[in-house]
Amino acid sequence: MVPDAGHAQLISLCEADKTMSVVRLTSEEQGVSLLAGAWLGGEKGILLMQSSGVGNCINMLSLSTSCQLPLLILVTMRGDHAEFNPSQVPMANATETVLAAMGVIVRRADTPEDVVAEVSGALSMAYNTSRPMAVLIGQKVTGAKDFRKLSQGDFE
Amino acid sequence: MKKALHRREVVSHLLDDRGDLLVVAGLGAPAWDITAAGDHPLSFPLWGAMGGAGMIGLGLAMAQPQRNVLVITGDGEMLMGLGSLAVIAAHKPPNLFIVVLDNEHYGETGMQKTVTALGVDLAGIAKSAGFMQSLLVKNKAEVGSLKDEIHKKGRARTGPLFAQVKVDSEKLPVVLPPREGAYLKNRFRIALLGHAVALA
Repeated sequence: MVPDAGHAQLISLCEADKTMSVVRLTSEEQGVSLLAGAWLGGEKGILLMQSSGVGNCINMLSLSTSCQLPLLILVTMRGDHAEFNPSQVPMANATETVLAAMGVIVRRADTPEDVVAEVSGALSMAYNTSRPMAVLIGQKVTGAKDFRKLSQGDFE
Repeated sequence: MKKALHRREVVSHLLDDRGDLLVVAGLGAPAWDITAAGDHPLSFPLWGAMGGAGMIGLGLAMAQPQRNVLVITGDGEMLMGLGSLAVIAAHKPPNLFIVVLDNEHYGETGMQKTVTALGVDLAGIAKSAGFMQSLLVKNKAEVGSLKDEIHKKGRARTGPLFAQVKVDSEKLPVVLPPREGAYLKNRFRIALLGHAVALA
């Protein structure tokens, strides 16, 4: 994983689970190749990232598609709903297109109920049909970061 | 480059009598080199994924902690994935061995210089990242010691190990591995995990 605020709770849960290993990546495409190696060795995993990291993965996704490797990417979106930071918007706007262009099947979750259904469906589909999939979890679910509050020292 | 090491000799020595070693090769010349040494179901030669060979090695090493994993790649491929050295060093897999055949050039695209030709110290970067061992290999005796390290078993293993092997920038005949990705994946998983698990 490369952390995102939207994944913070999930990352903590994974770290607390002794049956899982959490690998701290320095760039998102490392997760694509890491999980390719894990699958060659008989292990499964999930790749967590923010939407801005999807762009870093483009060429590495060739590995998943050309080798027909199972892969599930959970992408928490920045820049798709009530965003404050202009730099988040271009990649957010391109996230789904870019993934689809590389042969990744994309699902969206814009309510908490969608998250459970889409993630469990994508997980079984990725591993049962041996292909890369991504679930985009929208900012309507994770909430937009309030930079004005942060600038006033309000971190809650 | 007087008495420079030859990449095919280095690779065939490292892979001779390879035992149960799992091998990943970076795209281009390292993939041709491991194939010249003898194609093997437990070899995974890359045709792309530049910068990803080390991370594939880490995933494999974490999934198969009892087996030794050897990544053989080039300086250009390694330079594209320098961040992976930090990730590997931080996670410290004792069974992962990364060998960079450093000819200081991009061999597949017209022999343009890489930045190792301009003094970038790959072994130094790996050492600073925190690899348990980081070696600069320049002669046959050092290749022999490297092979001994790669074949150590159990608690005697001292990975993650990084080795920058300085090799001649010779152009060699291409020796092609199979290129269909799903075939390479399936033959590797069947050889490692057995049919029942690999194709479940």
